[in-house]
Amino acid sequence: MNAPVSFAESKLPLLLGVLFVIGLIAPFAVYPTFLMKILCYALFACAFNLLLGFAGLLSFGHAAFLGTAGYVCGMMVRDVGVTPEVGILAGTVAAGLLGWLFGSLAIKRTGIYFAMITLALAQMVFFLAIQIKETGGEDGLQGVPRGHLFGLLDLSDNIAMYYLVFAIFCFGFFIIYRTIHSPFGQILKAIRENEPRAISLGYDVAKFKLIAFIISAALAGMAGATKTLVFQLASLSDVHWHASGEVVLMTLLGGLGTILGPIVGAATIVALQTQLADSVGSWVTVIMGVIFVICVLSFRRGIVGELQALIKRSGVN
Amino acid sequence: MEIFGISTALLGSQLLVGLINGSFYAILSLGLAIIFGLLNIINFCHGAQYMMGAFVAWIALTRFGINYWVALIAAPLIVGVVGVLIERLMLRRLYKLDHLYGLLLTFGLALIFEGIFRDQFGISGESYEVPELLSGGVNLGFMFLPIYRGWVIIASLTVCFGTWYMIERTKLGAYLRAGTENSAMVQALGINVPLLITFTYGYGVALAAFAGVLAAPIFQVNPLMGSNLIIVVFAVVVIGGMGSIMGSILTGLGLGLIEGLTRVFYPEASSVVVFVIMVIVLLLRPAGLFGKS
Repeated sequence: MNAPVSFAESKLPLLLGVLFVIGLIAPFAVYPTFLMKILCYALFACAFNLLLGFAGLLSFGHAAFLGTAGYVCGMMVRDVGVTPEVGILAGTVAAGLLGWLFGSLAIKRTGIYFAMITLALAQMVFFLAIQIKETGGEDGLQGVPRGHLFGLLDLSDNIAMYYLVFAIFCFGFFIIYRTIHSPFGQILKAIRENEPRAISLGYDVAKFKLIAFIISAALAGMAGATKTLVFQLASLSDVHWHASGEVVLMTLLGGLGTILGPIVGAATIVALQTQLADSVGSWVTVIMGVIFVICVLSFRRGIVGELQALIKRSGVN
Repeated sequence: MEIFGISTALLGSQLLVGLINGSFYAILSLGLAIIFGLLNIINFCHGAQYMMGAFVAWIALTRFGINYWVALIAAPLIVGVVGVLIERLMLRRLYKLDHLYGLLLTFGLALIFEGIFRDQFGISGESYEVPELLSGGVNLGFMFLPIYRGWVIIASLTVCFGTWYMIERTKLGAYLRAGTENSAMVQALGINVPLLITFTYGYGVALAAFAGVLAAPIFQVNPLMGSNLIIVVFAVVVIGGMGSIMGSILTGLGLGLIEGLTRVFYPEASSVVVFVIMVIVLLLRPAGLFGKS
């Protein structure tokens, strides 16, 4: 039996095409650094959503991958003197390895325990980042040069940097898109919906979960490494558990388990934070908390999820 | 006198610090375990509620001149009532959903509480005087014991074991345990399970606030005092397995002591030792030391 393809699914390639064009021309209309921040967090949220939205695994420690990759990339570029693309690659690989380590420990438990274990492991990374001399402690890694891409293209130009970030985002998004729309992604969904049944069908559930965890961690790391280059800074706040909470909020607000949700959520939260930081100061956390509570209590499908439901209800097909 | 080249005074005082931290771990993980048992929710704002307990005591003293002993009873009651409202107005609507939503909701609440207190009181921290009755100290011969620290250990252990007794040995506790096993059945016997759940959440929250009041004279009263502590407590919970009330008390105390010992022999590792133990326990016993898989 073929399930009817929903409006949102059938029009998705078109929508993605429109978004791609918008992404290409955006830096001429909006401040590029702001856009780059959104793209980095959107990639981070998409990577996180791959795990929670499609495999049903709530990792509360994804900041560890964002932050570790940021530090590794920053050290490689600033202290070792490699080119930016090598720095990003190094950060991504480091986050992937860390993801392999954390994943193999955390998938021994499910549900709330899984969340607590990832959180505790991430906190370990936080403490190490404070204590190790090389990470700069409270100050973080400062003055990371953006360098020249492939030793040729000067990235200190914001527009050039933007297109690199945009290309990285598209690459990461493409990997996530392919992962979800593959047999592997279908198995992940099966595990999310009914794990005992997936086991009884003969799937090595632990292996699939671990692979999903590693992909997610590596892509989160790619976002973190890129972010370090953009802001020329790897800071302690990227490994703090508040960053892990933020990515959960972005995904939840945008729409859990939807392709575009995390992007919408990340853009909304980054825009809100940027706007609010000037006007309300320390109330930002409170407002984030309120959004969290509202999302959980009465808005669980998120912005994209609610829109999809609205379109479905209105009967467009 | 020296043991392994470390003076007994230093060893003793670090073990004391460990035991005090362990008391806080025990009382907080006990509160988490009780709430988890009946509500199936990880109370992420437990740390914020601990912080609120400390702040209520501090505000009572500095603004209204209400002393420590009154605050020790009143602060848990006040914060407990806030907990009851949270359960009635919010958590109640999530029971039919995935447990993860409870964790996310309480995480949002933690952000709200911390943000409000940070806005009102800043992050520099406030100090709270040790009550007169408990100031000073005694010389035990091998080390010097500040009376207040001794009191903290005694008070928290008393509350922990009192709670254990209430749950394991009284009729109310029997209802509670039955409610965690099969709430529909218990409801059919004419017991008001929703009320029981509300009471349980309020009690768990009050335990956190009680720990906060105990902590006020030892640590700085700070809006962020709960947020880092709670993650260590989560690790304690994973290690213990949250399978039993006694398990969470013993695991909390034990890990506090291990942390204290680490501070003597290898100080650099003291803030991560609990997490390292968590990793080892997960490798050997994924369900935790006292957990049933």
